[in-house]
Parts: sequence; C-alpha cells; structure tokens
Amino acid sequence: MSGLIMPELDQKVLNRRLEIISALGRIVPGEGVVSDENEMRVFESDGLTAYKALPFIVVLPETVDQVAQVLRYCHQQGIKVVPRGSGTSLSGGALPLEDAVLLVMSRFNRVLEIDYPNRCVIVQPGVTNLGITHAVASQGFYYAPDPSSQIACSIGGNVAENSGGVHCLKYGLTANNVLGVEMVTIEGEIIRLGGKHLEAEGYDLLGVITGSEGLLGVVTEVTVRILQKPETARALLVGFPTSEDGGQCVADIISDGIIPGGMEMMDSLAIQAAEDFVHAGYPLDVEALLIVELDGPEAEVDYLIGRVEEIARKNKSSTLRISNSEEERNSFWAGRKAAFPAVGRISPDYYCMDGTIPRKELPTVLARMRELSEQYDLRVANVFHAGDGNLHPLILYDANIPGELEKTEKFGAEILKLCVEVGGVLTGEHGVGVEKRDLMPEMFTEDDLKQQQRVKCAFDADQLLNPGKVFPQLHRCAELGRMHVHKGNLPFPDLPRF
Amino acid sequence: MAKPDNATGADLHPKTTEDVLNAVAWAAGEKLPLEIIGQGSKRSLGHTMQTVHTLNMSGLSGVTLFEPEELVLSAKAGTPISEIVDLLDEHSQEMQFEPMDFGPLLGISSGQGTLGGLISTNFCGPRRLKVGSARDHILGVTAISGRGEMFKSGGRVVKNVTGYDLSKGVTGAYGTLAVLTDVIIKVLPKSETEQTLVLNGLSDQQASHAMSVAMGSNAEISGAAHLPAGIGGTSSMTLLRLEGFAPSVEYRIGNLAKLLGEFDRQQKLDNTTSGDKWQQVRNCTPFSSCQDRCVWRISCVPSEGYKIAAAISNTTSVEHFYDWQGGLIWMQIEDAENSKSDLIRAAVRSNGGGHATLVRASTAIRNNVSVFEPQAAALAALSRRYRENFDPFSILNPGRMGN
Ligand SMILES: Cc1cc2nc3c(=O)[nH]c(=O)nc-3n(C[C@H](O)[C@H](O)[C@H](O)COP(=O)(O)OP(=O)(O)OC[C@H]3O[C@@H](n4cnc5c(N)ncnc54)[C@H](O)[C@@H]3O)c2cc1C
Repeated sequence: MSGLIMPELDQKVLNRRLEIISALGRIVPGEGVVSDENEMRVFESDGLTAYKALPFIVVLPETVDQVAQVLRYCHQQGIKVVPRGSGTSLSGGALPLEDAVLLVMSRFNRVLEIDYPNRCVIVQPGVTNLGITHAVASQGFYYAPDPSSQIACSIGGNVAENSGGVHCLKYGLTANNVLGVEMVTIEGEIIRLGGKHLEAEGYDLLGVITGSEGLLGVVTEVTVRILQKPETARALLVGFPTSEDGGQCVADIISDGIIPGGMEMMDSLAIQAAEDFVHAGYPLDVEALLIVELDGPEAEVDYLIGRVEEIARKNKSSTLRISNSEEERNSFWAGRKAAFPAVGRISPDYYCMDGTIPRKELPTVLARMRELSEQYDLRVANVFHAGDGNLHPLILYDANIPGELEKTEKFGAEILKLCVEVGGVLTGEHGVGVEKRDLMPEMFTEDDLKQQQRVKCAFDADQLLNPGKVFPQLHRCAELGRMHVHKGNLPFPDLPRF
Repeated sequence: MAKPDNATGADLHPKTTEDVLNAVAWAAGEKLPLEIIGQGSKRSLGHTMQTVHTLNMSGLSGVTLFEPEELVLSAKAGTPISEIVDLLDEHSQEMQFEPMDFGPLLGISSGQGTLGGLISTNFCGPRRLKVGSARDHILGVTAISGRGEMFKSGGRVVKNVTGYDLSKGVTGAYGTLAVLTDVIIKVLPKSETEQTLVLNGLSDQQASHAMSVAMGSNAEISGAAHLPAGIGGTSSMTLLRLEGFAPSVEYRIGNLAKLLGEFDRQQKLDNTTSGDKWQQVRNCTPFSSCQDRCVWRISCVPSEGYKIAAAISNTTSVEHFYDWQGGLIWMQIEDAENSKSDLIRAAVRSNGGGHATLVRASTAIRNNVSVFEPQAAALAALSRRYRENFDPFSILNPGRMGN
C-alpha cells in the first residue's frame, strides 16, 4: 500500500452509482447485488490484508448468462470490473477498486459432471480446490494441485493464479491439470477453450488465461483432470547441519532420477516456531530440515525410500527418520503445514514472500537473506518448496510500530530482486497482483511488458478488467499498437544469404 | 551486404539473435511476409503460404545452458532436436513429452527438426496422457514479434507465475506470432525401464473399455494405444505401457495383468521390444508406406474415439489406430478432393467434440480444405486479435494456420 498508485477514479461512473445499481439489479435479481457499505466490507481485501478498498458495487451472479450480461453492460458503460473467487489471493489480485464492480463468483459452486472413464471433472469456478477432491474421493481419485489454502480457495481463482502446492513437483501446476475452460470476455462473449479432449485447438489461449490474474476474462467453468490416488505414501524427515548440505541432498535426489511427490525444506527459525506450536518432534539442533515424500505403488515407495536414505546419509544428514505409518507420516507434515500460523505466534505480524530461484542458489540466497535480515533488523523464517526452488520467506514484523510495514515491504522487495538476480523470478505461485506490480521491471524490459499488455488488448481493449494489477504502467491499446518503423530506412546487417 | 531483393526473394540465414531482430524489423518495415523454417522437416504441415522470402533459423544453433541437477535446458531455436536428445541421453534425461519424428509420416529422412519447430507445432508422443505435451514443458522463450521487437517470457525455473505465460502463448502457433530465438525447457530423468502389457484380439470398443479400466487404476500407465487388426499385425493389439524403476514396473504390470484378467490373450513386451513398439506409435510409422494417402490426426474425448472411427469407417474406407487411450486417432484415407473433412469433423462434433487436423495431404488438397479445425466465431475473432497484437502486418508465416 505504501506508495501504491491505483488507476485514477472515474468520477463519471461514481456519479451514476444508483442508476448502475438498479441496472445490475435487473440483470442479477434478488440478493445478487450488494451495495450497502457494511455488507460490502467483507470484500474490502483479499489474503493480502495490508491493502484495502471498498468496492463500488458487489455483484454475485449465478448463471453464465448473468455474467455475460453484467460484463456486456459494464463494457458498454465503461465500468471497471474486478473478478473475485474466494478472496484468498496473497498478492492483492482480488483487491477491489472504488469505482469497479466486484464480480464475486462464489455462487458458481456446483460440480457439473464427473467423468471417470476419461478421468476428468467439470466444475463451476466457485467450487473449492478441495471440493473437487471430495467429489471424487469415494472412487479413489483426487485433484493433484494442492495449494495450502485448498479448503477455501476456488478453482476459478486457481486458474487465474496458476496455483501450485506441495504436490506440483511431481504432478504439475494448475496449468498442467486444466483441460478446458469456459470464459466470458469483457464484451460478454462466451468462449470455450479446450474441453475433455487432451489438447485445445489453435493458439494456446488456455495457457495464456491460466495465471492471467483475472485480467483477460471471467472463468465460468473449468474442466480438470483427476488422478487415481497413489497406493501408498511414505516420508523421510531429515535434518542437516547446514543448508548447503540440505540443498545438495535435494540436488542429488533429483540427479538420481527420483521425483518425489513432495520435497519441502525449513530453516532453523521455521523449525523452532513449528516445533513450539505443534510439537511434531522436529530436531532443534539442525540448520535445515527436509521432508521428502514418496508416493506410488508400495514396491516403488519402499525401494525409493532406501535410495533416498542412502543419498541423505551421504550428504551428512544429522538426523533421519522414516515414516512407518500414516500417523507418523502425518506427524512429519504437521509442523510444515502449520508453519505459517506457527510463525504467526512468535510475531505480531508476518509478511509472506514467494520468489523462485534455481535450486543450486539456495545457500547463496539464504546467506544474503541473513545479511539483509540484520541490516533491516527484522527476522525471517524460511519455508521452501525445495524440489522446485520456490521460496517462502516469512518476514516477522509488527504493524503497530510506525514505519515497520514499510521497512518490511522494502526488505521483501530486496529479497525478490535477489531472486531475479540469481536467475529466478518474482513470484512462483502467489501472483503479481498489486503486491509485486511495481517490481515487474526488475524482471522484464519495457518491450517484454508491452508485448504482454498487447495480449491484454486482444482480450480487453478498453482495459476494464482488473486494471491496476500486474502491470506497473497502463498503456492505451492504441499506443501499444503503434509501430515505430520508418519504411525502408531500417538498418540492415550483413545477413548471409544465397 | 545489400538488402535482399524484394522481387526475387531472399533466403536469410541469421546467425545471431541480433540478425533475426534486424531481419524481422526489415520485413515489418517493408510489410513483406517471411516463411520461417528450421530444418524444414514440418514444412508441409499447415496451409501453404504465399511468401517470397524465407528466414532460415538453422544457423541459430546450440545448447546454451544445461544443468541436469536443475532439470533445465536452454538452447537456440535452430538447435537440432537430435543434438538435444543425444546430450540429454548422456545424462539419462529426456524431453518427457516424447517429441515426434515426422520422418516416417511425411516421407522424409528421420531425425530431422529443430527445437523451434518442435515448440511451434506442439506435437508430443504417447506420454501425453500422463505428462502433457511440449507446452507443459516449456519454461521460457525469447522471441521476435512480427513487429520486429524482441521480448522474453518465463524463465529457467518451473514455478513461475510472473506475468502472462507467453511461453505457452507462442507454443503451437506455427510461427505465426513471433520468431523464437531461444527456448528454455524442463527436462526430466529417463525411466529406468519399461514394459508393455499387450491385449490381443480386442475390438475397438473392447479396447476402449480395457484402456479406460487400466488408466483408471493406479498402475500409472504412460501409454495406452490400440492398433486394430491389419495395423498391429493379423490380430489387433492393445498396448499398455508402464515405466519407472524396475521393481515398480514389475509389481505394477503384475497387478495390471490381474486387473485385466477378463482379457486372456495377454503378452508382455520387455524393455527393448516395448521401446520399439512405442516408437512406431509415436511416429505414426504404420502410415509411412502409402505416402499418397491423406492422414488426419484427431484429438477427441478418449472414451469417444472408437465411436468417431466407427462413424467415419461406416461411410468411407479408412485405416486408423489410436493413441492416448483413444483420445488421439491417426486416420489414413484415400486422397479425395476434400479429404472427407466434413465427414470427419461431423463425426468428431457429434461424439463429444475435439478437433481434426489434416497432417498429410497434397498441396492441392491443403489449399482446398481447412487444415486445422475451424473455430466458433467468437473464438476465431479473439484468435485473430491475439495474432494481430503480435504480428500486425501478417508477415510471419501468414495464413499457415488458416485465416
Ligand atoms: C493461507 C494461505 C495459503 C496459501 N497457499 C498457497 C499455496 O500453497 N499455493 C498457491 O499457489 N497459492 C496459495 N495461496 C494463495 C491463494 O490461495 C491462491 O492464489 C488461490 O488460487 C486464490 O484463489 P481464490 O479463489 O481465493 O481467488 P481470489 O483471491 O478471489 O482471486 C485471485 C485472482 O483470481 C482472479 N479470479 C478469481 N476468480 C476468477 C474467475 N472465476 N475468473 C477470472 N478471474 C478470477 C481475481 O481477479 C484475482 O486476480 C494461499 C493463500 C492463503 C491465504
């Protein structure tokens, strides 16, 4: 929020509030339009609670036709629209704008079809991530991508953020598990991309929509693939005297051709906090704790447990436990799963970062982070999707101390810049939203960003959908379309030709 | 050196990204269309084009980064696929989506193709069912848009949601959006071993059922194909591939054989035989001998595949086989004027949907039918706007994907 500049408010739209409310009420009758300030309060932020804004008007459509009509109306009237699923975004993607309709998709909560022979499920976007697994669990199936927020977050939000989770190392991200979507453009056109067949035709617009943070269209239906639950899962809990040893162990496991179902690492502060909170039996005299979960057929898991154990010992593991029951496996995970709230107990506030780095850079990045931590005088706890290099540094701070939030955000920005510097990226799974918007130039050139914005122009030329998110600077589509070439006067190099 | 002569056409051979940038900027400035080729192995895919100049990317070659422990490889777009495959092989790694070799199908020599061409066509092999296609393995690109501007997207790490995924966005675009100069892909360890369970003598419909039961089990099948009689041999063969660590494969194939006990004509293929068989499926080798016949590639809902094939073969004489549990039908058909596109597409539409692409046909036929599945009006309009925002003057492979 500190210094965040949002698009200028459209006074003309603000002045027409009553008229717009009644027009929207005609499209979505009954309880579908919320305009009372108190009732709108619950929507004023998403999971990134440091940023708040009261929506202009909240609309909760129930049918695709209503979505199309609302969008068409807003497009015609030049009214901005912010889509929202469950509001768990950690980057402010669903942050309302004061002159924008907040389109809440939570009433789209039905599972439409379960197709076991083709192992796919068609759901409405408001169904929760875990809701999909629940719908198919009785037949031994599940939906693989598993963000920690899976009880609450919606599949529509998952598509918009291309969400990941612990199991994505082996089973892929949302993008790899979605077969098709139905979406509505800002002009109210209903478009289908892909379906139950395995590949969508034409340009990979499905790939572009996934992770587009609600800027390109409103997803109204999602077809996902489901997998048969692995026969069994077992985990190893391994402690290392240094993060270098832990990092090397991760690299060696992968070099050995093993892709674990999950591979998570925690640093000493995170271990300590988790242990104090849930008493998982974590070792407290280690610098890095690794959880390696192997899933699959029993014969395979038993065999690989042996191999991973050998690799861990070679890498100077100082403690090593192997789960022999579901109960034990769950206890290994208990601390990791409670890591965020655990850190929440030892500090009034924490700020969760989400950069990705090439795995081999882990020791360097952790060392630099320690230096920064001293420099800023703020503690950091690290939990880490070790298998794919996705870091979640949690910066501990106290929002009640004046200036500390700003200091924390600065520290966070430095961490993300560091991730980019070592060959990584600003965000691995939480999205850019408003949070990392102004850091985009750290990773992209002006031309890179302009080409991305041109894609936006193909979908939403008036830039009415979720403006102010993802891109630090809004360019008009006409300006982006202009070409700065001088016919015939271009420099031409010595291109070999014959 | 002088500017290429507009009238006679130039064959441009850039050696660096800078060369490509200049070439495309020149073409954009002059509004002159370019045909982009790698080694030209897939040149006969898609619609024919009216281009005078070619941009030959094969000189922009070489692996620029390969870190086996990080499972990442980056290469110039003109790098031969064979070079990448060999390099990965030395480290027991691979592109897990099984790039298809178009040699047998298109009647050209085997082992051709560049990374840029592979990504631009997004083809993949039997493992599609389990691990996706090229688009699921691309991590980043650097490319020159039809505006003559360089842009990059993605990066070298797997977990990345920073900005729109334009890496996927240019994959499978047949070079109509941008010229790829660098590609970063995810690579993965090769399986230690593989085996295939074969069920002999099943009808298409029985095979569809058997494959669906197998795929729905936790045998972790990485290939499910059905070769009807005449293609697999005198009797039909349903192939179920299992890959992984030896003890795991052994265990799973045992369970699978039991699960499919009702089909008693079973046989197992060992590592080598299995590998050969799947290579034939992947490269569509069964249709390599009659080069004068058209070949369609139909992507459909797996359980509906056999119904589509039946609907078509009831009306006209075709040969076909299935991959992806029935979700991919390769179909060979007499070279008729419109290659029966209406019949084929109607059969797909009325059986769960999907799309049909004409992958082998004479130039005359390709000029006469829509090679790619025609799209609904709103999607077609969106796709056009999407293309125009990369290539406003249609200078990159214009018309290759149709209008
Ligand atoms: C405790 C906690 C743990 C988390 N753990 C993880 C994790 O492990 N991995 C991970 O990846 N994320 C995680 N997240 C982040 C968040 O849960 C995900 O980004 C999630 O996908 C957001 O879903 P949502 O339904 O809440 O979307 P919202 O927060 O409502 O919206 C997110 C974005 O999606 C857009 N959007 C929502 N619905 C639609 C739609 N139907 N059509 C178009 N656009 C839409 C919005 O405009 C916004 O830009 C976590 C969040 C919390 C609070």
